[in-house]
Amino acid sequence: MHEVDMTRYLLQTLEDWREQHPVQPHVGTVHLLVGEFTCVEPSQLRLSFVAAVEDTWLAGTRLSIVPVPLVGECLVCGSSYRPDPACGYASPCCGHPLEIIISGRELKIQRIDYIRPCSPVPSNPCS
Amino acid sequence: MHMPISDTVNLSLLAANERQARHNRQRFDAWGLFCINVMSSPGAGKTILLEQTIRTLKDKQAMAVLEGDMTTRLDAQRLAGLGVPVVPITTGRSCHLDAAMVSTGLQLLQQQCDPASLDLLWVENVGNLVCPAEFAVGEHCKLVLLSVTEGDDKPLKYPVMFREADCVLITKVDLLPHVPADLGFIGNHVRQINPHCAVFPVSALTGAGLGDWLAWLAQQLLAKGPSPPESPTAHQWSEATSTDNHLTAPHSPPVPPACATDDLP
Repeated sequence: MHEVDMTRYLLQTLEDWREQHPVQPHVGTVHLLVGEFTCVEPSQLRLSFVAAVEDTWLAGTRLSIVPVPLVGECLVCGSSYRPDPACGYASPCCGHPLEIIISGRELKIQRIDYIRPCSPVPSNPCS
Repeated sequence: MHMPISDTVNLSLLAANERQARHNRQRFDAWGLFCINVMSSPGAGKTILLEQTIRTLKDKQAMAVLEGDMTTRLDAQRLAGLGVPVVPITTGRSCHLDAAMVSTGLQLLQQQCDPASLDLLWVENVGNLVCPAEFAVGEHCKLVLLSVTEGDDKPLKYPVMFREADCVLITKVDLLPHVPADLGFIGNHVRQINPHCAVFPVSALTGAGLGDWLAWLAQQLLAKGPSPPESPTAHQWSEATSTDNHLTAPHSPPVPPACATDDLP
């Protein structure tokens, strides 16, 4: 259940992001990219997030998780391929090991949808 | 009036841990010590490997250990018996060490010794082949252990951990006559995922293969940069044991000549 700890770090990162805003934003959706070649189970992460944000400034925030497939590139033949864990990770065309990972290691907050309340309009001293 | 905004941030989900890990690394570098994160499943032999390694090197290298365990201080007590500073880190429900825990461990370590006087800091992680792979602690090197009793297929089942490894030690090779494990299969499975990883079969119990492991470690320390004044040369390190069935990585540095097993208990 390291997703609980992942969530803790996610919240800390979102807290850092919030501090950049002079007026507290109301967050609607946090969009994550979660690679297939990571130790994260998206359903566990979502569950953990919902529990963690209860009674916080993020209560009600939706977590959108887009899975990213594992894609490797074969250094011998130059082709990109999707390893099938059942058959191993080597290049299917020439058997070269998984040297370059093009995608699948992502653990990223890609986008945050939020509503920024308008700053109070300063009063016009001339009026 | 409210303005809906979509902010493309592209931040790492673990940005907070990565920031702390970078800070830890800066401290390691400022102190001139080399930090190794030791990971494996429970019972693969992390602690006995550290016992043997520390026992072999402690007259030449100043070392300390941050010892992670979910509960108990049993391993920390074992290692403290070797006369090196040991800080137990009990993680409670967490199944891994993270950078913040290691940072706290460093504060406690400073109460026992001056980290600038150390050459090597071992971080023995919680036994787990999944979670520790994703949490950097600021280490210079990731060492992963896999015992022959766990099965040849484990690198394929826990690929992230083996992809992250700089070195894999196949442990408990003294049990090979009794278990259906194939060192060639294990090595091939590791290299399928991580072709540049160094792989050495060892037995901390008998000392087999420890010479190859120690020689590799010496190369890492020498490559780290300016050596501490008392650091040994790679040749001086070759006082431990060797084994005939080693599986060095294709790019591995030349292994210094091996010596007899007499030095090991």
